[in-house]
Amino acid sequence: MPFSSSTGAGQDVGRSCILVSIGGKNVMLDCGMHMGFNDDRRFPDFSYITQNGRLTEFLDCVIVSHFHLDHCGALPYMSEMVGYDGPIYMTHPTKAICPILLEDFRKITVDKKGETNFFTSQMIKDCMKKVTAVNLHQTVQVDDELEIKAYYAGHVLGAAMFQIKVGAESVVYTGDYNMTPDRHLGAAWIDKCRPDIVISESTYATTIRDSKRCRERDFLKKVHETVERGGKVLIPVFALGRAQELCILLETFWERMNLKAPIYFSTGLTEKANHYYKLFITWTNQKIRKTFVQRNMFEFKHIKPFDRSYTDNPGPMVVFATPGMLHAGQSLQIFKKWAGNDKNMVILPGYCVQGTVGYKILNGQRKLEMEGRNTLEVKMQVEYMSFSAHADAKGIMQLIRMAEPRNVLLVHGEAKKMEFLKQKIEQEFSVNCYMPANGETTTITTNPNIPVDISLSLLKRESVPGALPDPKKPRIMHGTLIMKDNSLRLVSSEQALKELGLVEHHLRFTCRVHIQDPHSEQDTLNKIYSHLKTVLKDSSIQHLPDGTLMVESILIKVSTASEDPSTKILLVSWTYQVQDLRRILLKCIIQSHLAEIS
Amino acid sequence: MAAHLKKRVYEEFSKVVQQQQLEDFPAKRLRLTKPSKSAALHIDLCKATNSTDALQYLVQFARKPVEAESVEGVVRILLEFYYKETDSSVRLKIASLLGVLSKTHGFSPDCIVDDVINTLNNEKSHQVLAQLLDTLLVIGVQLPESQTIRVRLVEVACRHLTDTSFGVRNKCLQLMGFLGTVEKQSSKEMECLPVQDVQKIIGDHFSDQDPRVRTAAIKAMLQLHERGMKLQQNIYSQACKLLTDDYEQVRSAAVQLVWVLSQLYPESIVPIPSSNEEIRLVDDAFGKICHMVNDGSWVVRVQAAKLLGSMQQVSVHFLEQTLDKKLMSDLRRKRTAHERAKELYSSGEFSSGRKWADDAPKEKIDTGAVNLIDSGACGAFVHGLEDEMFEVRIAAVEAVCTLAQASASFAEKCLDFLVDMFNDEIEEVRLQSIHVLRQISKQITLREDQLDTVLAVLEDSSRDIREALHELLCYTNVSTKECIQLALVELLKNLSKYPTDRNSVWKCLKFLGSRHPTLVLPLVPELLSTHPFFDTPEPDMDDPAYIAVLVLVFNAAKSCPTMSALFSDHTFRHYAYLRDSLSHLVPPLRLPGRKLTCVSDLESVASSEESSQQFLQQSLERVYIIQHLEAQGTLELLDFTIRDLKRLGELQPELAGASDFSATYLHCQLLLMKGLQEKLWNISAPLYVKQNAMASAVVQQILEETYKLEFLYSGLENRQVAIIHHVRLQAKALQLVLSARTSRGVEPLLNICEKFLQDVDAFQRCFSTELPHFQESFVEKLLELMPRLVTCNPMDLVKILQTTLRQSGFLHLKLPEQIHKATATIIEPTGESDNPLRFTSGLVVALDIDATLDHVQDPQSSVKVQVVYPDGHAHTIRPKPTDFRNPGPGRHRLITQVYLSHSAWTEPCQIDVQLHLAYNSSKCQINSPKSAWNDSTEVLQATENCIEGSIPLSKPVKVYIMPKPARR
Repeated sequence: MPFSSSTGAGQDVGRSCILVSIGGKNVMLDCGMHMGFNDDRRFPDFSYITQNGRLTEFLDCVIVSHFHLDHCGALPYMSEMVGYDGPIYMTHPTKAICPILLEDFRKITVDKKGETNFFTSQMIKDCMKKVTAVNLHQTVQVDDELEIKAYYAGHVLGAAMFQIKVGAESVVYTGDYNMTPDRHLGAAWIDKCRPDIVISESTYATTIRDSKRCRERDFLKKVHETVERGGKVLIPVFALGRAQELCILLETFWERMNLKAPIYFSTGLTEKANHYYKLFITWTNQKIRKTFVQRNMFEFKHIKPFDRSYTDNPGPMVVFATPGMLHAGQSLQIFKKWAGNDKNMVILPGYCVQGTVGYKILNGQRKLEMEGRNTLEVKMQVEYMSFSAHADAKGIMQLIRMAEPRNVLLVHGEAKKMEFLKQKIEQEFSVNCYMPANGETTTITTNPNIPVDISLSLLKRESVPGALPDPKKPRIMHGTLIMKDNSLRLVSSEQALKELGLVEHHLRFTCRVHIQDPHSEQDTLNKIYSHLKTVLKDSSIQHLPDGTLMVESILIKVSTASEDPSTKILLVSWTYQVQDLRRILLKCIIQSHLAEIS
Repeated sequence: MAAHLKKRVYEEFSKVVQQQQLEDFPAKRLRLTKPSKSAALHIDLCKATNSTDALQYLVQFARKPVEAESVEGVVRILLEFYYKETDSSVRLKIASLLGVLSKTHGFSPDCIVDDVINTLNNEKSHQVLAQLLDTLLVIGVQLPESQTIRVRLVEVACRHLTDTSFGVRNKCLQLMGFLGTVEKQSSKEMECLPVQDVQKIIGDHFSDQDPRVRTAAIKAMLQLHERGMKLQQNIYSQACKLLTDDYEQVRSAAVQLVWVLSQLYPESIVPIPSSNEEIRLVDDAFGKICHMVNDGSWVVRVQAAKLLGSMQQVSVHFLEQTLDKKLMSDLRRKRTAHERAKELYSSGEFSSGRKWADDAPKEKIDTGAVNLIDSGACGAFVHGLEDEMFEVRIAAVEAVCTLAQASASFAEKCLDFLVDMFNDEIEEVRLQSIHVLRQISKQITLREDQLDTVLAVLEDSSRDIREALHELLCYTNVSTKECIQLALVELLKNLSKYPTDRNSVWKCLKFLGSRHPTLVLPLVPELLSTHPFFDTPEPDMDDPAYIAVLVLVFNAAKSCPTMSALFSDHTFRHYAYLRDSLSHLVPPLRLPGRKLTCVSDLESVASSEESSQQFLQQSLERVYIIQHLEAQGTLELLDFTIRDLKRLGELQPELAGASDFSATYLHCQLLLMKGLQEKLWNISAPLYVKQNAMASAVVQQILEETYKLEFLYSGLENRQVAIIHHVRLQAKALQLVLSARTSRGVEPLLNICEKFLQDVDAFQRCFSTELPHFQESFVEKLLELMPRLVTCNPMDLVKILQTTLRQSGFLHLKLPEQIHKATATIIEPTGESDNPLRFTSGLVVALDIDATLDHVQDPQSSVKVQVVYPDGHAHTIRPKPTDFRNPGPGRHRLITQVYLSHSAWTEPCQIDVQLHLAYNSSKCQINSPKSAWNDSTEVLQATENCIEGSIPLSKPVKVYIMPKPARR
């Protein structure tokens, strides 16, 4: 009976943290933080789990699906500051890249914003020491009963979906995933594991996206045209994830088209991350995996590290700069320098939060007020391209179709949108769908299978291979169920008696049947004998010398009633094992007799 | 696979198979002599002390072939040993050996059927049982005639279907698939045997508990279908259920089965579950297979995508759904980028929308109406074309292509998607989609925005892609003059970026111009940069870009007579120059103020072709008047005719094949006449040394020419081949006569005579059907005399030959409909370079070769590159099969590298590079029967020995090379 409750990411994006109790085990799925808050609300409320006492005693393991901060940001806080010493599982790339992002995040919060009471570099290191890395499709036994297995999820490098299994009950947690492959990652895939519940993200619950090819083509065309005109292209990105996708896209295009204009990438965080992208080739898509022997696609030929002094270089160039919403840092500096020229272009590849420069220019604002009463006139072209790596509504449905779960639980999305998807899922697959709010607990009843050991001899005896074995049809078998020492066994009754040291008792039933028959006893008996011979072809029928009939183990004796010689009394005696046969037999006799009379 | 299945589908099922009345079952014959083979085996097996030894002997035994006569003996010994053997692995080997043995050529395995069936009864091991059933299958396949044995074997298979091991059940099903009765038999023998309903039994195993058995059942069903048994429609629902199986091999086979059924019963009506509507079966199956394009296993996805392409009967409504994916964003309907582009274009404002949120969602959609997992065909190709695996994408592209060729409206719709595929990350997919677009381009017209996307690919660094694209542009229709301008601008950009594409770009512009004369017309002043008032400077005639523009304009002017009024003076001069230097690109034009030398309109072109055809016929007929080879003036007549024909070939490229062929043939005849001239033979033996040399040279030349005739021309019928062989036979006879006159004694002649008689015999065997056409000919006379020839001595034979040769008539050559001469042109290296290719001696240098081949059959195996060094040493290189590309029917392109190496020279020197066509004279002869035991390597060697020589295919190109001594 798994139940799940979310301390974050119930009908909300950001701060993913889900608790699952399954078969008596407690598992925490993701441990993310909310980017929108700067106070206590940014981390999940761990006191919800346990008021007093350490988390270690309550949780059996923690699983992190990928390295985005809204899925792993609270990890050092939980393990070091709240206190958790149990196992943490994540994939190899996630384990490699996660600390870089955490460190960067810490630097911004502590060094730039000057916050105190935040985790330190040492804490990140200590936390990572508790992490166990897993491979795709590797089944990891957390303890005797709990096992987990990772599946490829697309989305970002190293993103994984996890199947958590205790006994016959299982849960699949998708994390963030992408069902359409892109230039550097493949599509999410799961086998038909038929879990009790799928916990799926639903960021794009109400969207069906256009083909990615149009987006890519538009992007490339815009960049190419600007560069040919001699303009400069600024692409503000966040360091990891989509940035690599765009890099690969431009790199291959430059290669194909033999272009010469330089492409720059702002150094620092990205360089470190690119290093890991080079290493984890097996996690990328078919094209990169197949060609890396000749050339690793992440060893960029055309993309070079950026230096601040290049900003003023003449001639065309393309620059990737952080951060993605043009609110601070290098991207904003470059933007200020280039905004005045209408030959230049800025392409925003993702969503921009209200209040940022990115948001303003996307909404058509052409005069920006800068600090110190300066105004900046934006003459450069502003383009928007969506390169999101989440599954759309169709993708979510496709994943559910692949896994064939018995229940679905939607998280990581907006309530209104989830409502639509929930209705669709219930309608299309006729399974229950849940969408708990933050802090809400959902309980799901399951029908666990109870395994029973059966002795081979009994199995062979009972399942006589008929003409057509039908796996779907249930079969009735006779045997004895022994429940002993926490195990269930099905054995034949003889063996059960022997094991338990009991004596076998035989039970015999008798009955009398009155039939009208003027013939002699012997004739009646012969008649019944010959009739049964024709009707029950499969059973052995014997005529015993003492004037009785023996059908398998059923005895039939005929005697004449004392008061009326034309009434014969059939004495039938049988054991309880042959109840069915007896029923058929009597029916035959009576029917045939009645037919004869009439 | 699919093509094969399809063939079966369209085949008629009402085919009547004549069943031979079986004679009495052949009694077992007793063999008195024990063949050595079996005896050896027997001794070996007796020697074996344990099962491991026995296994070793059997394995060794299996390596050697067994003669057909001794097979039965061997089988008896094996069976005897089988019954004694307790080890199941040895029994397994014996069982497999029985199967191999029964395949021996010339052995009829019906006598061992009973024995093998008997062994089945006592066998306990499942593996051996499976192997025995396999052996039975082999035997059954060997005996296609015997219905009784088949029925018996199927019955045996049915008995073992209840076996617990999946392997046994698999084999049983396989056997039923291969041998199950196709027609219900009603002959007397059949009635005593219960005829099993094989289909039902196989169908019952669709729900077996083992996935491997389920797969085998479906495969058996497909096998039945392939053998012409009509599958019943009621298995359709079962097959559909299997599409959701847990195992990929089951799903993969089930997809095929559903497809087969959809082709068998396209028009039957099936109900839609959960509603009371009904649809055609082919539509239903189409929807289901479309659904499989989203399967979890890529193998199944590839299969499904491939099969979709061959479902032609699907209704248009369903077909178009495959490209439809209803977009939405926040529950509002959104238009796809394709729709937006189209709208932008039709509203006349083409400026790639630079507004943000021009893809802003439109109207709100009804939440109830959205169907997220569509049971129908919705968006199948959209998904297939975006798939993770490129195999799926290629399959989808091909499927779209075949469907688009059948339906014009679908072609229109799929255009956007195919154009999008030009940006795929994998080159093969890009290339494939370009080829596909070319194939359907006759039905479509590209919009400007689509053309723009297409043209963007011109900058691709891959040569294959660019050339495929040029090929595509040759066939493309565009709608506006802006399109033409756009295409020209992009092509010129391409030309400046990759100057090696010159020829390809020019050719492309030639077609573009001749296809769209009216669209080019308004562009002419701009293109030629003429000005109404001022004279503009004369452009440089050697500029490839300028030539490209001129090619476009001149080809458009061909069907647009008013265009020439816009030309300036130098344009006319340039026309004259280009018409001469690039005559294949510049058409003849009717220009004012110029004497018209060539007829330009189409009608006269057609009539001129007709008249040349007539001319060809007439000149050939004139030659056929020659009855006797020695008539006066014959030689002159032949000489003139050959000259005429050669010239005709040059003037009329369409007739080049036919005229060259007949010219070469006549040349052979001419040579033969010269060789047989009266004077020559009257001189007494010791005096004609000189003439003799001449005659043998003639013979050699005729032989060479006949090989050219046979292998260089495609489209020959059997009759022409026979005539060519006939000429060759004559030449050989002449050769024999000559050698008889020069050599002394009979001894050396014996061999040659025998060989000659063999040749005559082979001729008779190969061309027995053509013999009636050879009346009054050399060979006919020869065959009449054959009984005498075989027995007489060499000197008599020579005498007979001499007279027959001289009396024989002139054979009329009837030209086939289509005849093409294989030609090749080496484009690269050009042979013009003065800079030697320098490399260190002893090391290797790679020389790039780029050549086009026309009408070469099977170039992968026949075309070779020959390099001749200055010392006369020749070196032949065989290009890799992958170096050949096939850009169009009858055309091939060879882009390869040959590796050269030589010891050091003091000066740079030229080597000759030439393409050769290797031929194999034994090609038409009947293949010797292959034994089942023969290894494939032997066969390969045998054919390689028969290659007799090679014919030069192209002009040699000189390459300047310089191997330098290595510096130490």
